[in-house]
Amino acid sequence: MPRLQDIAVKVESPDGTQNSHGNALPILHEIHHALQRFSSEGEYCCIDLRSLPFGPGDEEQLLQLLGRGEIHVTMDALGESTIWETAFSGVWIVDHRNAEGERVALQIEIGSVPKIVFSQQEDIVDAIDRLEAKLKEH
Amino acid sequence: MADDLKKLSMTLGESLRQQGVSRRGFLKYCAATASMMALPPTMVPAIAQALEKAKRPSVIWLSFQECTGCTESLTRSHSPSVENLIFDHISLDYHHTLQVASGDAAEAAREAAMHENEGKYIVVVDGSIPLANPGYSAIAGISNLQMLEETVAGAAAVVAVGSCAAFGGLPHANPNPTGAVSVGEIVKDKPVVNVSGCPPIPTVITGVLAHFLTFGSLPELDALGRPMVFFGQSIHDRCYRRPFYDKGLFAETFDDEGARKGWCLFRLGCKGPMTYNACATAKWNQGTSWPVESGHGCLGCSEPDFWDAGGFYNALSIPDSDLTRKTGYVVGAGVALGAAAGALNRSTRAKAAAQHETVTIDDLDKKS
Repeated sequence: MPRLQDIAVKVESPDGTQNSHGNALPILHEIHHALQRFSSEGEYCCIDLRSLPFGPGDEEQLLQLLGRGEIHVTMDALGESTIWETAFSGVWIVDHRNAEGERVALQIEIGSVPKIVFSQQEDIVDAIDRLEAKLKEH
Repeated sequence: MADDLKKLSMTLGESLRQQGVSRRGFLKYCAATASMMALPPTMVPAIAQALEKAKRPSVIWLSFQECTGCTESLTRSHSPSVENLIFDHISLDYHHTLQVASGDAAEAAREAAMHENEGKYIVVVDGSIPLANPGYSAIAGISNLQMLEETVAGAAAVVAVGSCAAFGGLPHANPNPTGAVSVGEIVKDKPVVNVSGCPPIPTVITGVLAHFLTFGSLPELDALGRPMVFFGQSIHDRCYRRPFYDKGLFAETFDDEGARKGWCLFRLGCKGPMTYNACATAKWNQGTSWPVESGHGCLGCSEPDFWDAGGFYNALSIPDSDLTRKTGYVVGAGVALGAAAGALNRSTRAKAAAQHETVTIDDLDKKS
């Protein structure tokens, strides 16, 4: 049985040619300002796209405008997350999905690398323990 | 049993680690929780810190005069998902529809949860309470009123889920044959959070529970007792069709050019200007769409007495004057007009409620 997100729903655009509702450009401006602040002051920024009242086509237009860059990361933790740098260095998309492939968060991060990509201290401590246990086995 | 007790005493951080969830997984969980609670992503470290130490609160869910739509909304939304994960980390000790136990065993579970978590548990209520005759709705021979009063006595807070529990809802509609009242009309000595909607958005229900789980407190509320983060702005103000409203472009019927082009549904009875809810951002069916995006006006289901506000397709929101001409003059000043139309709506709603207007199939045909 197809899942809900597999059913293609196409909404007609308001004037027949426009394929979004004009909400992508204001976000692009916000990203521009955030990137300037990160460059000059090192201020990290994260925008939750799920909190924005996007209409049909807005999200697609924004992601299309941002494009794809050189880095693509897949993270497997409580479901698959995909993280990629956009065509604009320092602007990242973080797409979190649950085990069913349903989106649970979609964020734009402005920074060198999204914070969740770094190895976490708690996991490193756990890794040391597991490595020691592995060494004892051999 | 010992495992259950151990699980109850564990913090959320300990519980997740025991299940093999990495720190990255935990941070992802926190990011999704922040999004669900409508909090900015910058709050994720604070949420992680709080959730790390959070303990599973006991939740007792009472269902009174209701249709189970609220439970359906919650359980059928995302499965399994962050919401389910959250339910793994609250102790849902009593729920008519979901629990296995029945009869005396079910009531014993409720009493045990109340006794063991005195002063700390959350009571979630869906459905209104009949005051005209206790026999209209009773569970295990206990009237809804008595069960509510005895269960909330030791509760930390009460969450009224759905418009029936929050405002009386459909049972309260004119002529209100059962004398239905809301939870807030009975519970006066405990904090009551109204999560209205018919049904409410599932992530809003879990968002409120997650807020309590995370911070041990309830979110900021509006004048109607609803969480500001979800009900702080009107549907109209967050609607992606708002630019059409500002330009005076309206669908006049459900199949005209305006409807096909996605214009504003104001003239087709959309109650967006006077309705406060998170549909425009949270959306429905795993974020697929929401009523206005599907081409139907907002019914105003999260507002008090929405059922008596005239027909859903009656153009309550159209003033007697020529709105199109006026909107032409006020492009860019839509907020003021929206507020004025909202005030007009309230007046029309009050009139409709008094007259208890009904809509027939013929009326619908005339509109479409």
